[in-house]
Amino acid sequence: MSRSTKNPWLNRFAWLTVLATLVLVGLGGLVTSKEAGMSVPDWPTSYGYNMFFFPISQWVGGIFYEHTHRLVASFVGVLVVALTRWLGGRSSCKYLLIIGIAEVIAGIVLPHINPQLKGAGYFLSGIGGVVLLAGMVWVNNRPAGEWPRRLGWLAFAAVQLQGLLGGLRVVLYYDSIGILHAALAQIFLTLLAAVALLTSGWWNRLSEMWPAMVDRSRLRPLLGATTVLIFAQLLLGATMRHQHAGLAIPDFPLAYHKLWPPMDAQSVAYYNQNREELTGVNPITAFQIGLQMAHRIMALAIGLAVAFCAWKTRSRLGGRHPLARISLGWLGLIIVQIFLGAFTIWSNKAADVATAHMVTGALTLVTGAILTIIAFRVLIPAHVPVRESVEPAAAGSQLAPGVK
Amino acid sequence: MKKYSGFLAISLLAGGLQAAMAGDITGKVTLSGTPPPEIVNDHIKNDPVCGPMHSEEVTTHFYVVGPNHELADAVVMISNISGKSTGESAPPVVLDQKGCLYSPTIFAVQTGQKVLVRNSDPVLHNVHVVPGPGSANQEMNKAQIQGAPDLTFSFSKPEKFLKFKCDVHDWMFAWAVVVDHPYFAVTDKDGNFKISNVPPGKYTVEALHRKAGSTSKEIEVTDAGGKVDFTLEVPKPK
Repeated sequence: MSRSTKNPWLNRFAWLTVLATLVLVGLGGLVTSKEAGMSVPDWPTSYGYNMFFFPISQWVGGIFYEHTHRLVASFVGVLVVALTRWLGGRSSCKYLLIIGIAEVIAGIVLPHINPQLKGAGYFLSGIGGVVLLAGMVWVNNRPAGEWPRRLGWLAFAAVQLQGLLGGLRVVLYYDSIGILHAALAQIFLTLLAAVALLTSGWWNRLSEMWPAMVDRSRLRPLLGATTVLIFAQLLLGATMRHQHAGLAIPDFPLAYHKLWPPMDAQSVAYYNQNREELTGVNPITAFQIGLQMAHRIMALAIGLAVAFCAWKTRSRLGGRHPLARISLGWLGLIIVQIFLGAFTIWSNKAADVATAHMVTGALTLVTGAILTIIAFRVLIPAHVPVRESVEPAAAGSQLAPGVK
Repeated sequence: MKKYSGFLAISLLAGGLQAAMAGDITGKVTLSGTPPPEIVNDHIKNDPVCGPMHSEEVTTHFYVVGPNHELADAVVMISNISGKSTGESAPPVVLDQKGCLYSPTIFAVQTGQKVLVRNSDPVLHNVHVVPGPGSANQEMNKAQIQGAPDLTFSFSKPEKFLKFKCDVHDWMFAWAVVVDHPYFAVTDKDGNFKISNVPPGKYTVEALHRKAGSTSKEIEVTDAGGKVDFTLEVPKPK
């Protein structure tokens, strides 16, 4: 019987899935940056073709980005289903079979309930078929630890919800769904990164290398809160990008040549009349200007918060501690991110720069989440009594050894 | 039968008399101020299919201004009339996609009037209709491969500058002013406009341009018609 715990191949597959997802997130960012999200009006078909047989000669203009995004998303979906099966072990087969059958049936029934959801029905049937196949893989492997399994199931749900959201955004025309799709993408990537971490050999050895310490400086909530702040900033960014209005403020660090831009109706009308837009972007509104100002202020707050985390971890734990080292890398990422944000404006929102800014934002969230998870492993809250002998936890079975 | 014939004759006579009594509103729209330079469209230049269709440089056309400041692409309409649409019986407006550009870029149409979108290009487009914020018109997005039949759209509510765009070719967009009566026109390259068959009376006439804003004037239309000129201004900062 093969063992999923301490299985380097499982960990490598998890990292492969993370990498594929990062590429997918980047492609999704490029779709929005190129304003190509609606270039394929139908879903899950592409201009009437089965999406897997859409002729390459027709992948022109914005279609190239949107269609490759859908294809890579399908690939990532298959990877995640496979990862879920591997993490879950043979005992997960029955659940996958039940879910697969339910999805295939739901996919057949849905169009009869509401013809507008025909695409969603096709999608469910398709993904249900993949899940059914995974449930039929009768390799007798043991499941991974509790937390990787749980996170794997969450990622399994998330990837399917992502597929649905992406498709429904196109056929129902709701920008709000696009924002949700963007936000869930960040969470989904973070979940997979956590799975990769928790199935790594390094994680298994962490408690031996760095025995648990009391968290007198409250580093755990500090890292967690900073990560949540980053997620809020990503939500702001997603909301900004899905206004499809181009640059609401065309200059930086000033805003319309002022510290705070006029946002009255007459000024906004002037901004729109004076703007020379090459693409069919929506008009600027006062709300969008407010969003961008909030995003700039939040960027400053995050820069200070992450710098504080880097300093605090180093001063409390020492420069060689993994939390201190990763926090320093986190700070480096934030500095790059702030520069990319400025460059996005200076380059008049060049698609590659804006996408790099989005992807780096995703990486800062993942880094924050990883740091928080590690902190919960190697640090114990000051109020919790410590056992006399602290034993290293089994891989993935619990996050903080020594905690009753 | 005789009664119906009589009634029909009277109706036709009344309609004819009204048409005979209606006049045209004519005039010119000019631009005051210096518009910013147009932007060179490097997106179309770099497109492997659309780029070769243009031997000359393609630019934006925010301001189409003649040598004597005549302003094209301004929509002139009577603004104190509503609910008089004859769109359903009006001939359709044709919006063509040629050389990966919309033609015309600015047009006006009545509520209920058909807009036929044609693909004259050797490449596919999507036709994405984006109403403005708070608009009661519906967003639509349809695929149109090369050689496909014309797509038909119509709009039920008045709207100023409803957008048509192609998401495959991000530089492609056109704007429609939707009006619920037939008294409107779009200025030509000489800035001239003619609104036909306006019944005698006092009206408020508005000239609007996507970048230069709008202005209104009161006019009295007689059997001989009416004349009104407008001057729009390049926006200046406060």
